[in-house]
Amino acid sequence: MESWTSICQTDDLVPNTGVCALFNEEQVAVFHCAATDSLYAVSNYDPIGQANVLSRGIIGSIASEPVVASPLYKQHFSLKTGACLQQPDVTLKTYKVRRQGKHIQLAP
Amino acid sequence: MKTVKVLVVGNGMVGHKFIDTMLEKSELQKSILEPGEALSTQFKLQTFSEESRLAYDRVQLSGYFNGQTAEDLALTDADYYKQRGVDFTLADKVVAIDTKQQQVTTQNGSRVTYDKLVLATGSYPFVPPIPGNDQPHCLVYRTIDDLEAIEASSKQSQVGVVIGGGLLGLEAANALQNLGLQTHVVEFAPRLMAVQLDDGGASLLRRKITDLGVTVHTEKATTEIVAGTTHRYRLNFADGSFLETDMLVFSAGIRPQDELAKQANIDIGERGGIVIDDRCRTSAENVYAIGECALWENKIFGLVAPGYAMANTAASDLFEQEKPFLGADMSTKLKLLGVDVASIGDAHGATEGSQSYTYSDDVEQVYKRIIVSADNKKLLGAVLVGDASAYGTLLQLMLNDMDLPNHPSTLILPAFEGEEAADVGVAALPETAQICSCFDVTKANLIQAVSDGATDMGAIKSMTKASTGCGGCGALVKQVMDAELEALGHTIDNSICEHFSYSRSELADIIRVKKIKTFASLLAEHGQGLGCDVCKPTVSNILASFWNEYVLQDEHVGLQDTNDVYLGNMQKDGTYSVVPRIAGGEVTPDKLIVLGEVAKEFDLYTKITGGQRIDLFGAQLHELPLIWRKLVDAGFETGHAYGKSVRTVKSCVGNSWCRYGVNDSLGFAIDIENRYKGLRSPHKLKFAVSGCTRECAEAQSKDVGIIATEKGWNLYVGGNGGMRPRHADLFASDLDDETLVKYIDRFLMFYIRTAERLQRTSVWLESLEGGLAYLKQVVIEDKLGIADELESEMARSIAQYQCEWKTTIESPEKLKRFQHFINSQQPDDQLAYDVVRQQRLPKTTDNRINVVELVE
Repeated sequence: MESWTSICQTDDLVPNTGVCALFNEEQVAVFHCAATDSLYAVSNYDPIGQANVLSRGIIGSIASEPVVASPLYKQHFSLKTGACLQQPDVTLKTYKVRRQGKHIQLAP
Repeated sequence: MKTVKVLVVGNGMVGHKFIDTMLEKSELQKSILEPGEALSTQFKLQTFSEESRLAYDRVQLSGYFNGQTAEDLALTDADYYKQRGVDFTLADKVVAIDTKQQQVTTQNGSRVTYDKLVLATGSYPFVPPIPGNDQPHCLVYRTIDDLEAIEASSKQSQVGVVIGGGLLGLEAANALQNLGLQTHVVEFAPRLMAVQLDDGGASLLRRKITDLGVTVHTEKATTEIVAGTTHRYRLNFADGSFLETDMLVFSAGIRPQDELAKQANIDIGERGGIVIDDRCRTSAENVYAIGECALWENKIFGLVAPGYAMANTAASDLFEQEKPFLGADMSTKLKLLGVDVASIGDAHGATEGSQSYTYSDDVEQVYKRIIVSADNKKLLGAVLVGDASAYGTLLQLMLNDMDLPNHPSTLILPAFEGEEAADVGVAALPETAQICSCFDVTKANLIQAVSDGATDMGAIKSMTKASTGCGGCGALVKQVMDAELEALGHTIDNSICEHFSYSRSELADIIRVKKIKTFASLLAEHGQGLGCDVCKPTVSNILASFWNEYVLQDEHVGLQDTNDVYLGNMQKDGTYSVVPRIAGGEVTPDKLIVLGEVAKEFDLYTKITGGQRIDLFGAQLHELPLIWRKLVDAGFETGHAYGKSVRTVKSCVGNSWCRYGVNDSLGFAIDIENRYKGLRSPHKLKFAVSGCTRECAEAQSKDVGIIATEKGWNLYVGGNGGMRPRHADLFASDLDDETLVKYIDRFLMFYIRTAERLQRTSVWLESLEGGLAYLKQVVIEDKLGIADELESEMARSIAQYQCEWKTTIESPEKLKRFQHFINSQQPDDQLAYDVVRQQRLPKTTDNRINVVELVE
């Protein structure tokens, strides 16, 4: 049985942007892609820029893979797998995310 | 290995070209050596210059009065020579040659031996033997020192006369005009530029420059220069008339500087000039002569391109390569007092049986005449005044002996809308056609560069040097390049990213013409995929440039870089910096105290920026609105330091405080900054306004630079500091406030319309087809008929201005974004700082604790 935690309301998340949630003492970047109506959740920590900034990156697609670009040095991370497209040895932790009624929820 | 000592007498344009060619050839030889192999001959180069500076661009000399400095005109510098082992001595003239001992003696008494001697002594201005020609304020126009003397004299003069209405004389007249003198040109012949122009061309030129305020006197032989009554001197003419003036510039032609050779018993022509053969050798063994001092087949070549060709010939001879000098085409194209003038080949129709076509338009003030062969098949010559755009085509037709089109008149008739101008397709040019005469670049060289990977003008220029001299061949070079790219099946991909197959300028056109207001609709109609961090900010920036809506509207916010979203500049640790606008760098003590109090309260690291304002670092997201509330209440506005937008207008205090200021640079800088603040553009824009020519605001390193003059403002564009410094180009002179603002409006909007992504004005200007001249046509002459549109687009953008911070702090909905966590009031707990020099700086990564584990 998975345990889901509500982190915010759906209308707290402006389409095509991200927010940062505190979840199990970890910083999680949560994004809403409006065109595909998909939600994504990855670690907020940019391991290359070494700062908690990924929720403030621009999202989009690279060769049909949904990605977020680090606002610090512009590397792209897959929103699905957390893999860095430019540095394959670097991967972000990913989280499960869903919409439940008016709530956005995370699970490990 | 044998060392050959080569001594070059004279470090003018041609002397320097010779040295440069020798260095290039040596490098080339070294580069093709087998490993372990050594050069058989090494050349040791040494040069003497009579002038106190190394070679500079004499062709662009008049630029000196348009704000260019001696450094701008320099073709080389001491370091360049030193690094390449070239010995040089300045301000010491070679006064004697001993061709037997192979030794020269200088004025200062040095004696230097040589293996090979190259005379590049150039020419001197001919001063007609008129009694009184040696008085003070009777000057010549040849060197930078001459220009300095002219400038000094102009300060004590109201009226200036140029003796000589030839090419150089008119350049000198331009200089006097620029110095604010009432200017006259006195010419002995019945028309101006008698060598290059026919009657029709010369009379139009006369009309045009008379309109510009220069008085022209032809068929006047000056008999004496005596004391004047209303002015310093009086020129008496042979016909009994006279003219009073305060100063004179003699520009009655040049004479080869052959005195040194004459003393050494080297053969000299009857009317001067050091006699040379096809290899540029003189009558003395191991002595060469090149440039304007040399006489080849009884001809002196007073242009730089033949001089460069001789330099190449002489250098080739030393390397035992055959590159004979076989004469040179004396066709020329230039701008005199702002008038385009060109002369090609047999401009006077002196060839037996030649016929001509003439087009003369008194309304537009254009005169064009072509001289064709008796059989109407070949072009022999041409004269163009007022519009020299056909120069490149006509010159190639003549030089390559190509057949004329069926109706040669189409070559000079204007093209009206809907018609194609008659043009020689570049495909028709033979590969040997010389496209750039300054650097002897042929069509084949350009084709080679394209096949070596050049796909834009920048690459072509750096690989071949084509179009980097006078620039006259730019359009033709581009045509050759484009044709070759097309022939190779290149489609030039300017797509900004995988989501749009358009360049930034194309996207800007689509957005502007189709009045698109959101990224989503642009993507739906013209793109694919979801967009990315390249196209989203680019599009949002274009939307902002044209429509200037609030950047944090829901449909725009996801497009912005984090700096634009949080209206601050993200620093390495994820915090932001705060930069309020301080227009013109002027700030009251009270406002300065507010900045200090805010910085103290939030413990912000504080630094003065290069743009005369104050940067406060280290603000966390939740602090930004609190900080800005205080700043806005104190009357500050956002400084847009985070945007691709107008940043600062730097200024000096101008005539408000400064003893030297001639205009109110400070007030004007503040007005300009307030006018353009908030304007989004393809890249950041920096301005500066200086109150006098001392240029304390460093305006010539800015995108838009303004310098006060006695008569108004000089406008400079396309300057840049930073990574790739570029000196700004003088765009227009002595403008009043209103005209200046109009030009800046048009310039900025044209840049916004046509620049590529992240292209500063400097790079944009360099890659703009037609360059500065074209930009002037668009902005000043409104060649494209879009000036009104550009101005109204600017007006709309200005009318939409809002302080984004003021709007943001007044919107509770927008403020939700300004906290680190959506579900907690905590700040980011991983920020760490050290105190250095009494302020906090981010801890270096080594001692910051990394608490987030990465998955394997």
